[in-house]
Amino acid sequence: MKNLEELRKIREEVKKSMSMRDGAHRGKIVVCMGTCGIAAGARETMNAFMQALDERGISDIALTAAGCAGFCEQEPLVEVEIKGERPVRYGHVDAAAANRIVEAHLVGGKPVGDLVFG
Amino acid sequence: MATPRLYVMIPTDADTVVVGAREIKSRFSSEIGAQGLSDQIKVIETGSFGPSNAGVIAAVQPDGVVYGNLTPESVGEIVREHFCKGRICGRFLLPREYPPTVEQATDARHTQAAGRIVLDNCGRIDPDSIEEYIATDGYEALGRALTEMTPPQVVETVREAGLRGRGGAGFPTGLKWSFCAPVQADRKFVICNADEGEPGTFKDRLIMEGDPHKVIEGMALCGYAIGASEGYVYIRGEYRLSVERMRKAIEDARAMGLLGKGIFGTDFDFDIEIKLGAGAYVCGEETALIESMEGRRGVPRLKPPFPASCGYLGKPTNVNNVETLATVPAIVRNGAAWFRGFGTENTPGTKVYTIIGHVRRPGLIEVSAGVTLREIIDEYAGGMSSGTFKMAQLGGTAGDVLGPEMLDVPMDYDAMQKVGHVLGSGAILVMNQTVEVADFLDSCMRFFRHESCGSCNPCRNGLQVLGEIVGRLKKKNAYPGDIELMEEVCMTLKSAAFCPLGQSPASPLMSALRYFRPELAAAVDPRRERPRTQRVRLDLVELAV
Ligand SMILES: Cc1cc2nc3c(=O)[nH]c(=O)nc-3n(C[C@H](O)[C@H](O)[C@H](O)COP(=O)(O)O)c2cc1C
Ligand code: SF4
Repeated sequence: MKNLEELRKIREEVKKSMSMRDGAHRGKIVVCMGTCGIAAGARETMNAFMQALDERGISDIALTAAGCAGFCEQEPLVEVEIKGERPVRYGHVDAAAANRIVEAHLVGGKPVGDLVFG
Repeated sequence: MATPRLYVMIPTDADTVVVGAREIKSRFSSEIGAQGLSDQIKVIETGSFGPSNAGVIAAVQPDGVVYGNLTPESVGEIVREHFCKGRICGRFLLPREYPPTVEQATDARHTQAAGRIVLDNCGRIDPDSIEEYIATDGYEALGRALTEMTPPQVVETVREAGLRGRGGAGFPTGLKWSFCAPVQADRKFVICNADEGEPGTFKDRLIMEGDPHKVIEGMALCGYAIGASEGYVYIRGEYRLSVERMRKAIEDARAMGLLGKGIFGTDFDFDIEIKLGAGAYVCGEETALIESMEGRRGVPRLKPPFPASCGYLGKPTNVNNVETLATVPAIVRNGAAWFRGFGTENTPGTKVYTIIGHVRRPGLIEVSAGVTLREIIDEYAGGMSSGTFKMAQLGGTAGDVLGPEMLDVPMDYDAMQKVGHVLGSGAILVMNQTVEVADFLDSCMRFFRHESCGSCNPCRNGLQVLGEIVGRLKKKNAYPGDIELMEEVCMTLKSAAFCPLGQSPASPLMSALRYFRPELAAAVDPRRERPRTQRVRLDLVELAV
């Protein structure tokens, strides 16, 4: 270790990867991962969200899985819950849609109208 | 690698490893792999975050869920239901007496308010990862001290913070450092006392198992402050996992240049070695510890000279407890005033306790110094598990017994001293009305008789006499005069025993008498007469003394 800057650089890098350890988040993305969801591609959706959040360095949004919500034909189904706002449900979320949701809803603060379901 | 969306954090300390934590961990990994979730969910080992007696535990973050008493079968179900489908498996949650979520478990109301200083990372980071320690501001204090502070400034910061040694006696740490710092010598040593022989105390083990780098950073800071470049951690040999984790941590710190030569580009060198103890209680006493490190039998030395001027290998040596050293990085990082924001005027900061006995939630806690025993039992330990409070022993077997009158005394060094007690090392043994005082004292005395090193007469013989008296009290056939004799031998030991081990049996015995004299006196059989042989023996004791 040569100097403090070097230490701090490691710190910032690792801190990012540990961000999901704590419960304090401004919201979460719930990907329905029932059999129906997985059959419709929820795994890829989940991966796309992970990557999208990572790329943008978003660390205050939790990403979790849920079971079938009963709208199997809308799968992959995703719910975005920002604290203090009404949850928004999106249907047929593929990788591209996941990226749009992260960009518009989580970064921009505006739900993606054409993907909203129900 | 992408940021995992879910963490399964399994506290592996010696207790959970025994009940299969490592197997559960690999089971989680394989089940997660089977579901194709390996790149989304990460399984890590952490240190304990508090609960004990709850089998193998797994905390799931960010969901804030804690599962307990895990079996391989339950792991499969948790992975399929919770991790795949988001359905929390209610029946595997930690038993109801434990708080249901990690936030609550790790940040119970008071700890939240007080903040954890020593245990803040325990249960939250992977103790085997130096990067994760760095990510929680680790080694920042060392870096800043080396590049921005002079050694006397570090000593002064610790002194101003009012940190007191957590090894039992509560000696001001900054003051201790200031004794050692000015002594000129070609070699100086920092010793971390991780012998932890006091029955019922296991906080140091959990600190080393949960956050080993904090101890290392504290030692390096101490080394810088007093001008020492060699450190030793004296760990009792039974602490296998502590040794493993400390060893790995030292290697990693060396590999990153946080130990070794020219740390942070300065001319400060510091390295650490581990020495193993062989499990003698007296070797926790600092001078016996040094004797043992030098390869001799663990017998205390005559003080003075104190280790600060003449310690290991006859060189200036500073001995501190694990918890004391683990508190130092936060003090140097945040300043003395910040530290004084916790605890009380005479005992700033927090205290780590291990609470055991008749409480609903035994385990490891860190509380603001000055919190009362009643609060600790009711709010941190979930109240009595059964019956009503009769007594508690503070600080392990060498500690005082407290009666119900003491439930509301603030637990800091001075307040305890004012009521005639010692805070001790951090063990709290809570007992309900079913425990007979004499039974309890009997097990204390057996411990002392076993651990006496035997090198001085009052302790060797006095403990024998005390043991016999307590044995009779237990059988309720004590001789008239036994209690008075017990008091006398205690006083003799206190004044004549060579080291504190021989002086300390007086603590449980005399304090028990203070609160429970009628109960003990009832064990005297007035019809019995002391046999002649006993009288001869007693004369011998008196002669010897
Ligand atoms: C019999 C006996 C056993 C002791 N055992 C320990 C121990 O296991 N761990 C410890 O830190 N201090 C123990 N001490 C206290 C040490 O002698 C020493 O005071 C302490 O390590 C200083 O650290 P501190 O100033 O950080 O509290 C023991 C003392 C006696 C008399
Ligand atoms: S008091 Fe006991 S432990 Fe201490 S030196 Fe004497 S015999 Fe040994």
